[in-house]
Amino acid sequence: MGRLNVDLCGIELANPVIPASGTFGYGYEFAELYDINCLGTFSFKGTTKEPRPGNPLPRIAEAPSGMLNAVGLQNPGVEAVLREELPKLKNVFHKPVMANVSGFSADDYAYTVSRLDEEPQIGWFEINVSCPNVHGGGMSFGTDPKAAADVTRRVKAVTKKPVIMKLSPNVTDIAEIAKACEDAGADAVSLINTLLAMRISLRTGRPILANTTGGLSGPAVFPVAVRMVYQVAKAVTIPVVGIGGIDSAEAVIEMMMAGASAVEVGAANLVDPFASKRIIEDLPAAMDNYGIRELKDIIGGAL
Amino acid sequence: MQEKTFTIVANEPIARDTFRMVLAGDTSGITRPGQFVNVAIDGLFLRRPISVSDSGPGTCPKGVPGAGLPMDFLTLIYKVVGKGTAAMAEMESDTELNILTGLGNGFDASRAGDRPLLVGGGVGVPPLYKLAKELTAAGKRVSAVLGFNTAQEAFYEKEFRTLGCDVTVATADGSYGVRGFVTDALPETYSYFYACGPLPMLRALSETAASDGELSFAERMGCGFGACMGCTMMTKNGPKRICKDGPVFRKEETVWED
Repeated sequence: MGRLNVDLCGIELANPVIPASGTFGYGYEFAELYDINCLGTFSFKGTTKEPRPGNPLPRIAEAPSGMLNAVGLQNPGVEAVLREELPKLKNVFHKPVMANVSGFSADDYAYTVSRLDEEPQIGWFEINVSCPNVHGGGMSFGTDPKAAADVTRRVKAVTKKPVIMKLSPNVTDIAEIAKACEDAGADAVSLINTLLAMRISLRTGRPILANTTGGLSGPAVFPVAVRMVYQVAKAVTIPVVGIGGIDSAEAVIEMMMAGASAVEVGAANLVDPFASKRIIEDLPAAMDNYGIRELKDIIGGAL
Repeated sequence: MQEKTFTIVANEPIARDTFRMVLAGDTSGITRPGQFVNVAIDGLFLRRPISVSDSGPGTCPKGVPGAGLPMDFLTLIYKVVGKGTAAMAEMESDTELNILTGLGNGFDASRAGDRPLLVGGGVGVPPLYKLAKELTAAGKRVSAVLGFNTAQEAFYEKEFRTLGCDVTVATADGSYGVRGFVTDALPETYSYFYACGPLPMLRALSETAASDGELSFAERMGCGFGACMGCTMMTKNGPKRICKDGPVFRKEETVWED
Protein backbone atom coordinates (compact mmCIF):
# COMPACT_ATOMS: atom_id res chain seq x y z
CA MET A 1 0.00 0.00 0.00
CA GLY A 2 1.53 3.26 -1.13
CA ARG A 3 0.83 6.75 0.12
CA LEU A 4 -1.14 7.56 -3.00
CA ASN A 5 -3.49 4.55 -3.04
CA VAL A 6 -7.23 5.14 -2.97
CA ASP A 7 -10.24 2.89 -3.34
CA LEU A 8 -12.86 3.55 -5.99
CA CYS A 9 -15.95 1.38 -5.58
CA GLY A 10 -13.95 -1.60 -4.35
CA ILE A 11 -11.16 -1.35 -6.92
CA GLU A 12 -7.80 -0.17 -5.62
CA LEU A 13 -6.14 2.64 -7.56
CA ALA A 14 -2.36 3.14 -7.27
CA ASN A 15 -3.11 6.86 -7.20
CA PRO A 16 -6.23 9.01 -7.57
CA VAL A 17 -5.31 10.53 -10.96
CA ILE A 18 -7.63 9.59 -13.83
CA PRO A 19 -7.44 11.31 -17.23
CA ALA A 20 -10.97 12.44 -18.06
CA SER A 21 -13.03 11.12 -20.93
CA GLY A 22 -12.62 13.06 -24.17
CA THR A 23 -9.15 14.30 -23.31
CA PHE A 24 -7.28 11.00 -23.54
CA GLY A 25 -8.80 9.13 -26.49
CA TYR A 26 -8.30 5.41 -25.91
CA GLY A 27 -4.89 6.06 -24.40
CA TYR A 28 -2.59 5.25 -27.27
CA GLU A 29 -1.69 8.78 -28.35
CA PHE A 30 -0.33 9.26 -24.82
CA ALA A 31 1.23 5.80 -24.67
CA GLU A 32 3.57 7.02 -27.44
CA LEU A 33 4.87 9.56 -24.92
CA TYR A 34 4.97 7.73 -21.58
CA ASP A 35 3.96 4.49 -19.90
CA ILE A 36 0.34 5.21 -19.10
CA ASN A 37 0.28 2.39 -16.56
CA CYS A 38 1.45 5.01 -14.06
CA LEU A 39 -2.15 6.30 -14.03
CA GLY A 40 -4.74 5.29 -11.46
CA THR A 41 -6.90 4.47 -14.47
CA PHE A 42 -8.36 6.55 -17.30
CA SER A 43 -11.84 7.18 -18.62
CA PHE A 44 -11.91 6.44 -22.33
CA LYS A 45 -13.63 8.48 -25.04
CA GLY A 46 -17.41 8.70 -24.58
CA THR A 47 -19.05 5.82 -26.40
CA THR A 48 -22.54 5.70 -27.87
CA LYS A 49 -24.67 2.98 -29.42
CA GLU A 50 -24.26 4.28 -32.96
CA PRO A 51 -21.19 5.93 -34.55
CA ARG A 52 -21.24 9.72 -34.27
CA PRO A 53 -19.26 12.07 -36.54
CA GLY A 54 -19.60 14.88 -34.00
CA ASN A 55 -20.32 18.56 -34.55
CA PRO A 56 -19.24 20.82 -37.45
CA LEU A 57 -16.02 22.86 -37.14
CA PRO A 58 -14.86 24.94 -35.37
CA ARG A 59 -15.28 22.90 -32.19
CA ILE A 60 -12.63 24.60 -30.04
CA ALA A 61 -12.19 28.11 -28.65
CA GLU A 62 -9.82 29.77 -26.21
CA ALA A 63 -11.05 31.14 -22.87
CA PRO A 64 -9.35 32.96 -20.00
CA SER A 65 -7.57 30.12 -18.13
CA GLY A 66 -9.44 27.50 -20.10
CA MET A 67 -11.09 26.42 -23.29
CA LEU A 68 -14.44 25.71 -24.87
CA ASN A 69 -15.19 22.53 -26.75
CA ALA A 70 -18.19 21.39 -28.74
CA VAL A 71 -16.94 18.07 -30.07
CA GLY A 72 -20.39 16.53 -29.80
CA LEU A 73 -19.52 12.99 -28.69
CA GLN A 74 -17.66 12.00 -31.83
CA ASN A 75 -16.95 8.27 -31.52
CA PRO A 76 -17.03 5.20 -33.75
CA GLY A 77 -19.93 3.57 -31.90
CA VAL A 78 -19.88 0.73 -29.39
CA GLU A 79 -19.33 -2.11 -31.86
CA ALA A 80 -16.22 -0.47 -33.36
CA VAL A 81 -14.98 0.39 -29.88
CA LEU A 82 -15.25 -3.29 -28.89
CA ARG A 83 -13.77 -4.55 -32.15
CA GLU A 84 -11.01 -2.01 -32.81
CA GLU A 85 -10.25 0.37 -29.96
CA LEU A 86 -10.29 -1.84 -26.86
CA PRO A 87 -7.92 -4.50 -28.28
CA LYS A 88 -5.44 -1.69 -29.01
CA LEU A 89 -6.02 -0.14 -25.58
CA LYS A 90 -5.21 -3.50 -23.98
CA ASN A 91 -1.75 -3.42 -25.55
CA VAL A 92 -0.79 -0.18 -23.82
CA PHE A 93 -2.78 -0.22 -20.58
CA HIS A 94 -2.93 -3.19 -18.25
CA LYS A 95 -5.20 -2.04 -15.44
CA PRO A 96 -8.98 -1.83 -15.14
CA VAL A 97 -10.18 1.02 -17.35
CA MET A 98 -13.21 3.29 -16.99
CA ALA A 99 -15.75 3.09 -19.81
CA ASN A 100 -17.51 6.40 -20.46
CA VAL A 101 -20.95 5.94 -22.02
CA SER A 102 -23.40 8.45 -23.50
CA GLY A 103 -26.83 8.10 -25.00
CA PHE A 104 -29.92 9.74 -26.37
CA SER A 105 -32.43 7.61 -24.48
CA ALA A 106 -32.37 5.41 -21.38
CA ASP A 107 -32.50 2.44 -23.78
CA ASP A 108 -29.34 3.69 -25.54
CA TYR A 109 -27.41 3.86 -22.29
CA ALA A 110 -28.55 0.39 -21.21
CA TYR A 111 -27.75 -1.10 -24.62
CA THR A 112 -24.23 0.36 -24.79
CA VAL A 113 -23.41 -0.66 -21.23
CA SER A 114 -24.70 -4.19 -21.80
CA ARG A 115 -22.50 -4.52 -24.90
CA LEU A 116 -19.39 -3.22 -23.09
CA ASP A 117 -20.11 -5.27 -19.96
CA GLU A 118 -18.56 -8.40 -21.50
CA GLU A 119 -15.16 -6.67 -21.75
CA PRO A 120 -13.19 -7.84 -18.69
CA GLN A 121 -10.78 -4.88 -18.68
CA ILE A 122 -13.61 -2.46 -17.97
CA GLY A 123 -13.58 -1.83 -14.24
CA TRP A 124 -16.19 0.91 -13.98
CA PHE A 125 -18.86 2.53 -16.10
CA GLU A 126 -18.97 6.32 -16.09
CA ILE A 127 -22.37 7.35 -17.38
CA ASN A 128 -22.31 10.76 -19.01
CA VAL A 129 -25.68 12.39 -18.38
CA SER A 130 -24.08 15.80 -18.76
CA CYS A 131 -22.75 16.42 -22.27
CA PRO A 132 -23.72 20.02 -23.12
CA ASN A 133 -22.88 19.69 -26.82
CA VAL A 134 -25.53 17.36 -28.21
CA HIS A 135 -29.20 17.92 -28.73
CA GLY A 136 -31.97 15.70 -27.45
CA GLY A 137 -29.70 13.71 -25.17
CA GLY A 138 -26.69 14.04 -22.93
CA MET A 139 -27.23 16.88 -20.55
CA SER A 140 -31.02 16.64 -20.63
CA PHE A 141 -30.72 13.47 -18.51
CA GLY A 142 -28.45 15.14 -16.02
CA THR A 143 -30.52 18.24 -15.35
CA ASP A 144 -33.62 16.40 -14.11
CA PRO A 145 -33.38 14.20 -10.99
CA LYS A 146 -36.05 11.79 -12.27
CA ALA A 147 -34.36 11.30 -15.65
CA ALA A 148 -30.94 10.87 -14.02
CA ALA A 149 -32.37 8.28 -11.64
CA ASP A 150 -34.08 6.47 -14.49
CA VAL A 151 -30.83 6.17 -16.48
CA THR A 152 -29.04 5.01 -13.30
CA ARG A 153 -31.59 2.24 -12.71
CA ARG A 154 -31.56 1.10 -16.32
CA VAL A 155 -27.78 0.89 -16.40
CA LYS A 156 -27.51 -0.79 -13.02
CA ALA A 157 -29.92 -3.45 -14.26
CA VAL A 158 -27.54 -4.57 -17.01
CA THR A 159 -24.17 -4.60 -15.25
CA LYS A 160 -22.68 -5.74 -11.97
CA LYS A 161 -19.71 -3.41 -12.42
CA PRO A 162 -19.63 -0.14 -10.47
CA VAL A 163 -21.66 2.64 -12.10
CA ILE A 164 -20.42 6.21 -11.76
CA MET A 165 -22.89 8.90 -12.87
CA LYS A 166 -21.12 11.91 -14.42
CA LEU A 167 -23.04 15.03 -13.51
CA SER A 168 -23.61 18.40 -15.13
CA PRO A 169 -22.84 21.67 -13.36
CA ASN A 170 -25.51 23.37 -15.46
CA VAL A 171 -28.16 22.92 -12.78
CA THR A 172 -29.49 24.87 -9.82
CA ASP A 173 -28.86 22.14 -7.26
CA ILE A 174 -26.31 19.49 -8.24
CA ALA A 175 -26.61 17.77 -4.85
CA GLU A 176 -30.26 16.99 -5.60
CA ILE A 177 -29.27 15.21 -8.85
CA ALA A 178 -26.46 13.35 -7.07
CA LYS A 179 -28.86 12.23 -4.36
CA ALA A 180 -31.35 11.00 -6.95
CA CYS A 181 -28.59 8.93 -8.59
CA GLU A 182 -27.49 7.52 -5.23
CA ASP A 183 -31.07 6.58 -4.36
CA ALA A 184 -31.40 4.85 -7.76
CA GLY A 185 -28.37 2.69 -7.01
CA ALA A 186 -25.39 4.59 -8.40
CA ASP A 187 -22.09 3.39 -6.93
CA ALA A 188 -20.45 6.80 -7.27
CA VAL A 189 -20.84 10.16 -8.95
CA SER A 190 -18.25 12.17 -10.91
CA LEU A 191 -18.41 15.91 -11.39
CA ILE A 192 -18.28 18.37 -12.96
CA ASN A 193 -18.72 18.04 -16.68
CA THR A 194 -18.13 21.28 -18.59
CA LEU A 195 -19.99 24.54 -17.99
CA LEU A 196 -22.17 25.73 -20.83
CA ALA A 197 -20.34 28.66 -22.42
CA MET A 198 -19.99 30.77 -25.56
CA ARG A 199 -17.48 32.99 -27.37
CA ILE A 200 -18.10 35.47 -30.17
CA SER A 201 -15.55 36.45 -32.82
CA LEU A 202 -15.12 40.22 -32.87
CA ARG A 203 -14.08 39.98 -36.53
CA THR A 204 -17.23 38.24 -37.75
CA GLY A 205 -19.65 39.19 -34.98
CA ARG A 206 -20.70 35.52 -34.95
CA PRO A 207 -20.20 32.72 -32.40
CA ILE A 208 -16.77 31.10 -32.79
CA LEU A 209 -18.11 27.58 -32.31
CA ALA A 210 -20.19 26.15 -35.13
CA ASN A 211 -22.42 24.67 -32.43
CA THR A 212 -22.87 28.25 -31.05
CA THR A 213 -22.29 27.05 -27.48
CA GLY A 214 -19.72 24.72 -25.98
CA GLY A 215 -18.45 23.43 -22.67
CA LEU A 216 -15.93 25.43 -20.63
CA SER A 217 -13.12 23.50 -18.96
CA GLY A 218 -9.66 24.18 -17.60
CA PRO A 219 -8.41 26.00 -14.49
CA ALA A 220 -11.17 28.60 -14.95
CA VAL A 221 -13.74 26.10 -13.66
CA PHE A 222 -11.69 24.65 -10.79
CA PRO A 223 -13.25 26.72 -7.95
CA VAL A 224 -16.73 25.90 -9.27
CA ALA A 225 -15.83 22.21 -9.28
CA VAL A 226 -14.44 22.34 -5.73
CA ARG A 227 -17.65 23.99 -4.53
CA MET A 228 -19.88 21.43 -6.26
CA VAL A 229 -17.81 18.42 -5.12
CA TYR A 230 -18.06 19.79 -1.59
CA GLN A 231 -21.84 20.21 -1.84
CA VAL A 232 -22.33 16.74 -3.31
CA ALA A 233 -19.96 15.05 -0.84
CA LYS A 234 -22.06 16.53 1.96
CA ALA A 235 -25.27 15.20 0.43
CA VAL A 236 -24.34 11.61 -0.50
CA THR A 237 -22.53 8.67 1.10
CA ILE A 238 -21.23 7.13 -2.17
CA PRO A 239 -17.77 8.15 -3.45
CA VAL A 240 -17.38 11.36 -5.43
CA VAL A 241 -14.87 11.70 -8.27
CA GLY A 242 -13.76 15.34 -8.57
CA ILE A 243 -13.33 16.79 -12.05
CA GLY A 244 -12.75 20.33 -13.27
CA GLY A 245 -9.61 22.32 -13.98
CA ILE A 246 -7.17 20.08 -12.11
CA ASP A 247 -3.65 20.80 -13.38
CA SER A 248 -1.40 20.26 -10.37
CA ALA A 249 -0.77 18.04 -7.36
CA GLU A 250 -2.02 20.87 -5.15
CA ALA A 251 -5.31 20.95 -7.06
CA VAL A 252 -5.66 17.18 -6.50
CA ILE A 253 -5.19 17.67 -2.76
CA GLU A 254 -7.70 20.53 -2.65
CA MET A 255 -10.28 18.53 -4.59
CA MET A 256 -9.84 15.54 -2.27
CA MET A 257 -10.19 17.76 0.80
CA ALA A 258 -13.49 18.92 -0.73
CA GLY A 259 -14.69 15.32 -0.70
CA ALA A 260 -13.29 13.62 -3.81
CA SER A 261 -12.12 10.00 -3.47
CA ALA A 262 -10.32 10.30 -6.81
CA VAL A 263 -9.93 13.00 -9.45
CA GLU A 264 -10.08 13.31 -13.19
CA VAL A 265 -7.67 15.48 -15.15
CA GLY A 266 -9.16 16.85 -18.36
CA ALA A 267 -8.13 19.92 -20.32
CA ALA A 268 -4.63 19.88 -18.80
CA ASN A 269 -3.82 16.75 -20.86
CA LEU A 270 -4.50 18.66 -24.06
CA VAL A 271 -2.10 21.53 -23.49
CA ASP A 272 0.51 19.47 -21.64
CA PRO A 273 0.44 15.86 -22.83
CA PHE A 274 2.53 14.88 -19.79
CA ALA A 275 0.19 16.61 -17.31
CA SER A 276 -1.31 13.51 -15.68
CA LYS A 277 2.09 11.83 -15.26
CA ARG A 278 3.62 15.02 -13.88
CA ILE A 279 0.80 15.48 -11.37
CA ILE A 280 1.28 11.92 -10.08
CA GLU A 281 5.03 12.47 -9.77
CA ASP A 282 4.49 15.80 -7.97
CA LEU A 283 2.03 14.39 -5.41
CA PRO A 284 4.48 13.00 -2.79
CA ALA A 285 6.38 16.28 -2.46
CA ALA A 286 3.16 18.29 -2.36
CA MET A 287 1.81 15.96 0.35
CA ASP A 288 5.02 16.45 2.35
CA ASN A 289 4.56 20.21 2.13
CA TYR A 290 1.19 19.92 3.82
CA GLY A 291 2.07 17.15 6.27
CA ILE A 292 -0.11 14.59 4.51
CA ARG A 293 1.00 11.01 5.15
CA GLU A 294 -1.56 9.14 3.03
CA LEU A 295 -3.87 10.69 0.45
CA LYS A 296 -6.90 8.69 1.52
CA ASP A 297 -6.74 10.36 4.94
CA ILE A 298 -7.64 13.75 3.47
CA ILE A 299 -10.78 12.74 1.54
CA GLY A 300 -13.55 15.06 2.65
CA GLY A 301 -11.35 16.68 5.27
CA ALA A 302 -12.97 20.07 4.65
CA LEU A 303 -16.51 18.80 5.09
CA MET B 1 5.58 13.99 -31.33
CA GLN B 2 8.22 15.43 -29.06
CA GLU B 3 8.01 18.13 -26.40
CA LYS B 4 11.04 20.41 -26.67
CA THR B 5 12.26 23.79 -25.50
CA PHE B 6 13.28 26.17 -28.28
CA THR B 7 15.03 29.54 -28.10
CA ILE B 8 14.06 32.38 -30.42
CA VAL B 9 17.00 33.62 -32.48
CA ALA B 10 15.09 35.95 -34.77
CA ASN B 11 11.49 37.20 -35.07
CA GLU B 12 10.80 39.82 -37.71
CA PRO B 13 8.06 41.03 -40.06
CA ILE B 14 8.36 39.85 -43.66
CA ALA B 15 5.06 41.24 -44.99
CA ARG B 16 2.01 43.04 -43.63
CA ASP B 17 0.92 41.29 -40.39
CA THR B 18 3.22 38.40 -41.30
CA PHE B 19 6.27 37.41 -39.26
CA ARG B 20 9.11 34.93 -39.54
CA MET B 21 10.37 33.40 -36.30
CA VAL B 22 13.58 31.37 -36.32
CA LEU B 23 14.19 29.18 -33.30
CA ALA B 24 17.07 26.99 -32.15
CA GLY B 25 16.30 23.61 -30.62
CA ASP B 26 15.92 19.90 -31.23
CA THR B 27 14.02 19.39 -34.49
CA SER B 28 14.58 15.62 -34.71
CA GLY B 29 10.83 15.05 -34.25
CA ILE B 30 10.10 16.75 -37.58
CA THR B 31 10.33 14.09 -40.26
CA ARG B 32 8.35 15.42 -43.25
CA PRO B 33 7.51 18.75 -44.86
CA GLY B 34 3.94 19.81 -44.11
CA GLN B 35 4.07 18.87 -40.44
CA PHE B 36 3.31 21.47 -37.79
CA VAL B 37 4.26 22.41 -34.26
CA ASN B 38 2.08 23.48 -31.32
CA VAL B 39 3.47 26.46 -29.44
CA ALA B 40 2.72 27.17 -25.76
CA ILE B 41 2.27 30.90 -25.17
CA ASP B 42 2.41 32.49 -21.71
CA GLY B 43 -0.97 33.76 -20.58
CA LEU B 44 -2.97 31.71 -23.08
CA PHE B 45 -4.43 28.31 -22.31
CA LEU B 46 -4.39 26.61 -25.68
CA ARG B 47 -1.25 26.10 -27.68
CA ARG B 48 -1.11 27.67 -31.15
CA PRO B 49 -0.58 25.29 -34.08
CA ILE B 50 1.85 26.74 -36.66
CA SER B 51 3.09 24.99 -39.80
CA VAL B 52 6.79 24.24 -40.12
CA SER B 53 8.19 26.46 -42.86
CA ASP B 54 11.68 25.03 -42.59
CA SER B 55 13.75 23.02 -40.14
CA GLY B 56 16.97 21.11 -39.90
CA PRO B 57 20.66 21.60 -39.33
CA GLY B 58 22.07 25.05 -39.94
CA THR B 59 24.32 27.72 -38.51
CA CYS B 60 23.45 30.07 -35.66
CA PRO B 61 22.96 33.54 -37.17
CA LYS B 62 25.14 36.55 -36.45
CA GLY B 63 24.33 38.79 -33.53
CA VAL B 64 23.07 36.12 -31.14
CA PRO B 65 24.92 33.97 -28.59
CA GLY B 66 26.59 31.05 -30.33
CA ALA B 67 26.84 32.90 -33.67
CA GLY B 68 28.44 30.75 -36.33
CA LEU B 69 28.01 27.50 -34.39
CA PRO B 70 26.00 24.64 -35.88
CA MET B 71 22.42 24.44 -34.63
CA ASP B 72 19.13 22.80 -35.40
CA PHE B 73 16.75 25.52 -36.48
CA LEU B 74 13.01 25.78 -36.88
CA THR B 75 11.41 28.48 -39.02
CA LEU B 76 7.79 29.46 -38.41
CA ILE B 77 6.02 31.99 -40.61
CA TYR B 78 2.77 33.21 -39.10
CA LYS B 79 0.18 35.89 -39.66
CA VAL B 80 -1.19 37.89 -36.77
CA VAL B 81 -4.84 36.87 -36.68
CA GLY B 82 -5.62 36.83 -32.95
CA LYS B 83 -4.25 37.02 -29.43
CA GLY B 84 -1.86 34.09 -29.78
CA THR B 85 -0.12 35.23 -32.93
CA ALA B 86 -0.16 38.85 -31.67
CA ALA B 87 1.70 37.66 -28.56
CA MET B 88 4.17 35.76 -30.75
CA ALA B 89 4.86 38.89 -32.78
CA GLU B 90 5.95 40.68 -29.59
CA MET B 91 8.40 37.97 -28.54
CA GLU B 92 12.07 38.92 -28.35
CA SER B 93 15.20 36.93 -29.17
CA ASP B 94 16.41 34.56 -26.44
CA THR B 95 12.83 33.90 -25.31
CA GLU B 96 12.33 30.20 -24.59
CA LEU B 97 9.23 28.46 -25.90
CA ASN B 98 7.77 25.05 -25.05
CA ILE B 99 6.83 23.45 -28.35
CA LEU B 100 5.32 20.11 -29.36
CA THR B 101 7.11 19.20 -32.57
CA GLY B 102 6.62 16.74 -35.40
CA LEU B 103 2.81 16.89 -35.36
CA GLY B 104 0.69 15.65 -38.24
CA ASN B 105 1.43 13.47 -41.24
CA GLY B 106 2.97 15.97 -43.67
CA PHE B 107 3.23 15.85 -47.46
CA ASP B 108 4.24 12.70 -49.30
CA ALA B 109 7.07 13.91 -51.55
CA SER B 110 7.35 10.48 -53.18
CA ARG B 111 4.18 11.12 -55.18
CA ALA B 112 5.46 14.30 -56.83
CA GLY B 113 6.30 12.96 -60.29
CA ASP B 114 8.61 14.99 -62.53
CA ARG B 115 6.79 18.33 -62.55
CA PRO B 116 5.09 18.92 -59.21
CA LEU B 117 3.00 22.02 -58.59
CA LEU B 118 2.90 23.81 -55.25
CA VAL B 119 -0.11 26.04 -54.57
CA GLY B 120 -0.13 28.27 -51.51
CA GLY B 121 -2.61 30.86 -50.33
CA GLY B 122 -1.50 33.42 -47.72
CA VAL B 123 -0.20 31.65 -44.61
CA GLY B 124 -0.69 28.42 -46.52
CA VAL B 125 2.54 29.26 -48.36
CA PRO B 126 5.02 28.53 -45.53
CA PRO B 127 4.74 24.71 -45.25
CA LEU B 128 5.31 24.47 -49.02
CA TYR B 129 8.78 26.02 -48.63
CA LYS B 130 10.32 22.98 -46.93
CA LEU B 131 8.60 20.77 -49.49
CA ALA B 132 10.00 22.91 -52.33
CA LYS B 133 13.45 22.52 -50.83
CA GLU B 134 13.14 18.74 -50.83
CA LEU B 135 11.64 18.51 -54.30
CA THR B 136 14.15 20.81 -55.95
CA ALA B 137 17.01 19.01 -54.16
CA ALA B 138 15.64 15.79 -55.67
CA GLY B 139 15.92 17.34 -59.14
CA LYS B 140 12.21 17.93 -59.75
CA ARG B 141 11.05 20.76 -61.96
CA VAL B 142 8.83 22.57 -59.44
CA SER B 143 6.20 25.19 -60.21
CA ALA B 144 4.91 27.32 -57.35
CA VAL B 145 1.81 29.49 -57.45
CA LEU B 146 1.58 31.78 -54.45
CA GLY B 147 -1.62 33.71 -53.80
CA PHE B 148 -2.12 36.72 -51.57
CA ASN B 149 -4.81 39.32 -50.95
CA THR B 150 -2.60 42.21 -51.93
CA ALA B 151 1.01 43.13 -52.76
CA GLN B 152 1.80 44.20 -49.19
CA GLU B 153 0.96 40.72 -47.91
CA ALA B 154 3.09 38.85 -50.44
CA PHE B 155 6.18 37.02 -49.24
CA TYR B 156 8.70 34.33 -50.19
CA GLU B 157 8.53 34.79 -53.98
CA LYS B 158 12.32 35.30 -54.01
CA GLU B 159 12.93 32.39 -51.62
CA PHE B 160 11.05 29.93 -53.81
CA ARG B 161 12.81 31.29 -56.89
CA THR B 162 16.19 30.89 -55.21
CA LEU B 163 15.43 27.21 -54.74
CA GLY B 164 14.89 26.97 -58.48
CA CYS B 165 11.10 26.95 -58.56
CA ASP B 166 9.17 28.49 -61.43
CA VAL B 167 7.16 31.01 -59.38
CA THR B 168 3.91 32.81 -60.21
CA VAL B 169 2.36 35.24 -57.74
CA ALA B 170 -1.34 36.11 -57.81
CA THR B 171 -3.03 38.86 -55.81
CA ALA B 172 -6.77 39.11 -55.38
CA ASP B 173 -6.72 42.89 -55.90
CA GLY B 174 -4.29 42.75 -58.82
CA SER B 175 -1.74 44.95 -57.04
CA TYR B 176 1.04 42.49 -57.87
CA GLY B 177 1.47 39.61 -60.31
CA VAL B 178 -1.56 37.93 -61.82
CA ARG B 179 -4.87 39.52 -60.83
CA GLY B 180 -7.10 36.95 -59.21
CA PHE B 181 -6.85 33.73 -57.26
CA VAL B 182 -4.25 30.98 -57.49
CA THR B 183 -6.67 28.99 -59.64
CA ASP B 184 -6.38 31.80 -62.24
CA ALA B 185 -2.62 31.31 -62.41
CA LEU B 186 -2.10 27.55 -62.58
CA PRO B 187 0.38 26.22 -65.18
CA GLU B 188 -1.01 24.07 -68.00
CA THR B 189 0.83 20.91 -67.11
CA TYR B 190 1.95 19.40 -63.84
CA SER B 191 2.37 15.87 -62.59
CA TYR B 192 0.92 16.26 -59.08
CA PHE B 193 -0.05 19.13 -56.81
CA TYR B 194 0.49 20.07 -53.18
CA ALA B 195 -1.71 22.81 -51.72
CA CYS B 196 -2.17 24.70 -48.49
CA GLY B 197 -4.42 27.70 -47.98
CA PRO B 198 -7.95 28.82 -47.17
CA LEU B 199 -10.82 26.34 -47.60
CA PRO B 200 -12.34 27.99 -50.72
CA MET B 201 -8.94 27.75 -52.41
CA LEU B 202 -8.52 24.09 -51.46
CA ARG B 203 -12.01 23.32 -52.66
CA ALA B 204 -11.54 25.08 -55.98
CA LEU B 205 -8.28 23.23 -56.54
CA SER B 206 -9.61 19.82 -55.62
CA GLU B 207 -12.52 20.33 -58.00
CA THR B 208 -10.56 21.72 -60.94
CA ALA B 209 -6.99 20.43 -60.70
CA ALA B 210 -5.82 18.37 -63.66
CA SER B 211 -3.87 15.90 -61.53
CA ASP B 212 -4.02 14.07 -58.25
CA GLY B 213 -2.70 15.96 -55.31
CA GLU B 214 -2.61 16.62 -51.60
CA LEU B 215 -4.27 19.37 -49.60
CA SER B 216 -3.21 20.64 -46.20
CA PHE B 217 -5.99 21.87 -43.88
CA ALA B 218 -5.83 24.33 -41.00
CA GLU B 219 -8.29 24.41 -38.12
CA ARG B 220 -8.68 25.55 -34.53
CA MET B 221 -7.24 22.74 -32.43
CA GLY B 222 -7.45 21.61 -28.84
CA CYS B 223 -4.44 19.37 -28.42
CA GLY B 224 -2.80 19.01 -31.84
CA PHE B 225 -1.93 15.35 -31.31
CA GLY B 226 -5.16 13.44 -31.77
CA ALA B 227 -6.59 13.24 -28.27
CA CYS B 228 -9.52 15.66 -28.17
CA MET B 229 -11.32 15.24 -31.52
CA GLY B 230 -11.55 19.03 -31.65
CA CYS B 231 -10.52 19.32 -35.31
CA THR B 232 -12.22 16.37 -37.01
CA MET B 233 -13.45 16.74 -40.58
CA MET B 234 -15.43 14.33 -42.70
CA THR B 235 -13.59 12.52 -45.49
CA LYS B 236 -14.52 9.76 -47.91
CA ASN B 237 -12.89 7.41 -45.40
CA GLY B 238 -14.98 8.68 -42.48
CA PRO B 239 -14.24 11.32 -39.86
CA LYS B 240 -10.53 12.17 -39.67
CA ARG B 241 -8.59 14.31 -37.19
CA ILE B 242 -6.87 17.16 -39.05
CA CYS B 243 -4.11 17.24 -36.42
CA LYS B 244 -3.25 13.54 -36.35
CA ASP B 245 -4.61 11.88 -39.51
CA GLY B 246 -3.82 15.09 -41.44
CA PRO B 247 -3.27 17.98 -41.83
CA VAL B 248 -2.52 16.68 -45.33
CA PHE B 249 -5.20 14.67 -47.12
CA ARG B 250 -5.20 13.17 -50.61
CA LYS B 251 -7.49 14.92 -53.08
CA GLU B 252 -9.62 11.82 -53.52
CA GLU B 253 -10.26 11.63 -49.77
CA THR B 254 -11.78 15.09 -49.49
CA VAL B 255 -15.50 15.75 -49.18
CA TRP B 256 -16.95 19.19 -49.87
CA GLU B 257 -20.33 20.04 -48.43
CA ASP B 258 -22.46 22.99 -49.54
